[in-house]
This record gives sequence, structure tokens and C-alpha cells, in this order.
Amino acid sequence: MKTLVCIKYVPDTSEAEVKLNPDGLTVDDSRFSFDINDADNYAVEESVLIKEAQGGEVTVLSIGPKKSEVMIRMAMAKGCDKAVRIEDDRVAAHDPLMVAKVLAGGIKGQEFDLVLTGCMANDDWHMATGVALAEELGVNHASMVNKVELLDGKVKVNRELEGGLMEVVELELPAVLTIQTGINEPRYAPIRGIRQAQKKELNVVNLDDLGMDPGSVSADASQVVLEKLYIPEVESTAEFIEGEPEEKAEKLASILQKGGLV
Amino acid sequence: MGNVLVLAEHRQGALRDVSFEMLAVAPKIAEGMGGETAVLLLGSGLDDMAKKMTEYGVKVMVVDDPAFENFNAEKYQIALSAIVDELNPAVLMTGHTAQGVDFMPALAVEKKMPLVSDVVGLDYEDGTLKATRTLYSGKVNAVVAFKPADTCLVTFREGAVEAPETSAAGEVEKLDSPLKEDVTYRKFVEYVEAEVGDVDITQSDILVAIGRGLKEDKNLPEIEALAEAIKADLAGSRAATDAGWIPHDRQVGTSGKTVKPKLYIALGVSGAFQHLAGMKGAKTIVAINKDPEAPIFSVADYAIVDDMFKVLPKLTEKLKELK
Ligand SMILES: Cc1cc2nc3c(=O)[nH]c(=O)nc-3n(C[C@H](O)[C@H](O)[C@H](O)COP(=O)(O)OP(=O)(O)OC[C@H]3O[C@@H](n4cnc5c(N)ncnc54)[C@H](O)[C@@H]3O)c2cc1C
Ligand SMILES: Nc1ncnc2c1ncn2[C@@H]1O[C@H](COP(=O)(O)O)[C@@H](O)[C@H]1O
Repeated sequence: MKTLVCIKYVPDTSEAEVKLNPDGLTVDDSRFSFDINDADNYAVEESVLIKEAQGGEVTVLSIGPKKSEVMIRMAMAKGCDKAVRIEDDRVAAHDPLMVAKVLAGGIKGQEFDLVLTGCMANDDWHMATGVALAEELGVNHASMVNKVELLDGKVKVNRELEGGLMEVVELELPAVLTIQTGINEPRYAPIRGIRQAQKKELNVVNLDDLGMDPGSVSADASQVVLEKLYIPEVESTAEFIEGEPEEKAEKLASILQKGGLV
Repeated sequence: MGNVLVLAEHRQGALRDVSFEMLAVAPKIAEGMGGETAVLLLGSGLDDMAKKMTEYGVKVMVVDDPAFENFNAEKYQIALSAIVDELNPAVLMTGHTAQGVDFMPALAVEKKMPLVSDVVGLDYEDGTLKATRTLYSGKVNAVVAFKPADTCLVTFREGAVEAPETSAAGEVEKLDSPLKEDVTYRKFVEYVEAEVGDVDITQSDILVAIGRGLKEDKNLPEIEALAEAIKADLAGSRAATDAGWIPHDRQVGTSGKTVKPKLYIALGVSGAFQHLAGMKGAKTIVAINKDPEAPIFSVADYAIVDDMFKVLPKLTEKLKELK
């Protein structure tokens, strides 16, 4: 079983204020810590589980900066075998269709049975790259997958629908699956794996190396223009309870009690 | 002429809310473009659903073919590719749902058409179609403009707008099924219902919901103590269920349960829209979060910006005392 897993290095903006860069088109992420995208972490685990069960190898594929190599090494420490990092600032990164084309360029020419992506990137929230990638590669796909069962020449997956309902579908291989969080329990990288990962093959390439025409994935080629970013106002009608932590607790307790809420 | 084609979504015999909600947006765009709005339904035995959609004063085009009884991305892509060629809509929109995200990006690549996904607002200004979408869990908004294209593809977020009032009755038009032969690469097998747990949180009066802010399961007893003091059931965000802190059937949100308790206390939950969609109907919402920008505060009635672990012990103690 040959598997490719696409992973993205994303900033963790969940606990802090987000500010924009003066260009109005990018987020100032200099203060944030970066890590593997949530869903991609589950995709890595799934690819390693598949390798452990079926044999074969796993290749990591990521478009991102040099500093993302810590993430790539971590995926290799968990059991992925080799990696390709694509870095090229000519790619229209705001358009998932362009990103998918570049990922396809990184895969073309390689044999594979499965390509796993995350179902959504925590920064841009497109939920589009994996399914677009399948079309670029001309193979089957299923999105929002939270169970994978390999059959002979086929894969049976559970797709997560709204409200907890699941849809079971069967696909012929090769296929692209976009993985949903919660599908497995991502492991911690073993110390031995971390050491071994340093010696695994990590190729860094750009569009020219991939034999791709930069004009086919640039902002000019994209059919959408990112006009602006802005910070939406959090419109809140909440009563903000002030004071020291313990005072806040006391005030809240009495509000709840007086209001007959508890 | 710029017509807007809205692909309605249905599952297990019922139309999904997003199908109606899109009709709050599509007619304005169509009007700006000098065209009309039509709804497209793919499925089998669609009479009732078609009638329901006509109540919004739009034309409803129906492809009635048993092959479409259950959603199949491959069949949908083949059908829509042919229908887009035939009808040439300026915009094709459908829900940003488990269904929409499963075929629209592939259709966009196949037809070399632009796609903007997870759209929460659409405008047509000075000849340009512009979509508003959210990034970074709702902390940043983006405006994305479509370059001129034969058909612009949009997946629209469920719950982003309210469905309009019904108006005059529109007409129904039958289309021939564009599916000429059966597809074989992908097969629908079955639906599997969500597992049922010991507590049905949709019936709870009070819910204490935890999020990733819990950090570790060794912090759970503090939450359980609070819940016990006020006879609440535990619920949580997807991050909390993924981490295994609480069972899956306690997940609140689009892919979990929709709850409407009297009191909902959210602890360390950021308030991503997928979560808000499941709990904003609660009567009273309390949120404790150390990030003043957390979107959960947009739906809260009472808010505390602080480290929850500094607030919780006293809160539990006081609530026990006041009983
Ligand atoms: C298709 C799809 C379906 C989804 N369905 C759902 C769903 O049904 N339900 C759902 O919840 N999510 C769902 N999600 C996930 C959703 O997008 C968010 O990732 C998730 O809700 C985040 O959970 P969280 O708020 O617990 O974590 P985070 O977003 O990481 O937020 C953690 C919060 O805790 C706060 N915090 C940290 N430490 C403390 C502390 N000591 N004291 C106080 N506050 C603290 C932080 O400031 C932060 O706001 C879905 C996603 C996808 C792609
Ligand atoms: N720069 C990238 N490098 C590698 N994979 C990516 C990149 N961007 C997106 N992906 C993959 O596409 C998935 C969905 O992203 P999105 O469509 O942007 O929500 C992610 O979870 C990744 O698996």
C-alpha cells in the first residue's frame, strides 16, 4: 500500500487576538505558535496505521516554509517514510484550487493507492483542497472520512454527515480521502522515531523542479481575487462580569441563583 | 443574463434547512445580474419537496431518477456538469455541507470554474460577484471577488442567514436525467445512525460544556464537581470529544447535537460556528474563556474573561452554599 499524506503547518490562533498585516491581505502570525493542522494530524496517524496493517510506505507532502520541517520530521518520527516539501511564493495560496494543482504536481509520476488530506485547514477553512486534488489526479474520493476499511482493490469508508449521521460508501482505489478529526488517537512520536526521522529523506522542491508552469498556479491563473481581510466585530450583548477571579465567581454564582437558573 | 441556480439539498426524504436559507441570498444576486433564480432538485420521488420549494416563488427544476435516491458525489458531478452546460447559470450555489463539499471542488476543477467555499454572504457590486467568508475560526473575515467566469461556484454555510418568508407559488419543470449510465466507482452502502449514550443531552435542563481549554483529562473532576453542584449534565465541543474527555454522543454542534437547555455553561470553548449552531438556542448562556476575542461571547448572556481554573473552585463552592 502506497500512501501519500498532505499536511499543512498552521498558526494556533485559538487563544489570542488576531491582527492583520498592513497589506490587509495577510494575517500577522508572527506571535503565534505553529503546528500541524488538526485534521492532518489524524491523517498522518491513519496513514501510519494503514502501513502497519498492510505494509507499504507513506510519503508526506507539504507546501510550506522551511520552518515547517519540524512538523514534517515529527510525522516521519511517527512512522512516515519520506517527505517532499514544496516551497514557492508564486503559488496563489488563497485559492484552494491552485493549492490542489500544486499538490497534484508534487504527486504526479508517483504510484499511489491512497492520498490522505485533512478535511479542513484550521486557518483558511476552505474544506476544498482534498476533493479538488482528487479531480486533478483523476481518481475517486470521499470527504469527511472518520472510518477507513481496506478491502481488495477498494476502500470502504464512513463519511460524517450532519447531526452525527454517518454515510458508508465504497470506492475503488486509488482514491483521495479527506480525514475528519476523531477518526483515531494520534500517537506521540517515540524517542527512537525522532532520532530516525532526522535521517529520512526530505526533498525540497519548487515549481520548476516539479516541471510545473508557475503561470498555471499563480494569482493571475486563479479565478478569484482576495480583495481584503478584516476583523469582524464580536457583537456581544453579554454582561461581562468584572473583578478578581474569585469575585467573578461569586458574582456569577449569585446571578445564577437569583435568576432561578440553578 | 445572469441566472442563479440553487441546488437544494435533501436527505432521507427531507429538505435540509440550507436549501431554504440560500433563497434569502440568491434572488438579490440574480436581480443584480438581470436574471432569475431557479432551484434544482436531484432525487427520486420529489413531488412534495418540489412543491415546498415552489412556495418561495421560484422556478423549481426537477430531475427525478432513482439513481439519485441517495447522494453520490460521482453522480452529482456528472449531472451538474451536464446541467451547467445546458443551463449556463452565472452562479451555481449549494450548501457548504457534507454533501456540497464532497463534489463542488471536483466540479470546479473539471469545468475550470472558480469556487468560493464556506460563504456567509454574497454581493453583486459593479458587475462583480463578491463572497464573504470567515477564517481562523471566525476571527477574520475575507472578501473574495470572482473574476469573470461562465459559472461561479459557491458553497454557502448552513445557518449563516435566515430563510425568507414563503411568497407566491412558482412552477415546476421536469428535466431529463443527465445520467445516462450507472456509475460504478463509488457506491453508497448505507446510513449509520449516531450511537446513543446513557444521557440524552438534548433533554437536559442544564449543560456544562467543556472545550479544548480543559487541556488535560486530569482537570475533569473540577468540571464534574461544578456539574454535580447544579445537577447539570456534561457536554462539550468536538475538540473535547475527539480528545476522549467526554463520549461522542455528548458533542454539541453541527456534527453533534442541537441543544436548547435552560442554562448552558461553556468552559474553555472558543465558539466556532459549528459549535454555536448547536447551542445558541439555549435560554441562558454563560461563557468563561481567557480570550476576550473568543466568538463564544457573541452568543453569551453572562461572560467571564479569565482562566477558568481560577474561577471554577470558588464558583462551585458558592453554588453549593447557595443551594
Ligand atoms: C465538518 C466539521 C464539523 C464540526 N462539527 C463540530 C461540532 O459539531 N461541534 C464542535 O464543537 N465543533 C465542531 N467542529 C470543530 C470546530 O471547527 C472547532 O474546531 C471546535 O469547536 C473547537 O473546539 P474548542 O472550542 O473546544 O477548541 P478551541 O477552538 O481550541 O478553543 C479552546 C478555547 O479555550 C480557551 N481556553 C484555553 N485555556 C483556557 C483556560 N484555562 N480558561 C479559560 N479558557 C481557556 C481558549 O481561549 C480557546 O478559546 C467541526 C469542524 C468541522 C470541520
Ligand atoms: N499548503 C498545504 N500543504 C499540504 N497540504 C495542504 C496545504 N493546504 C491544504 N492542504 C491539505 O488540504 C486539507 C484541506 O485544506 P482546506 O481545503 O484549505 O481546508 C488540509 O487539511 C491539508 O491536508
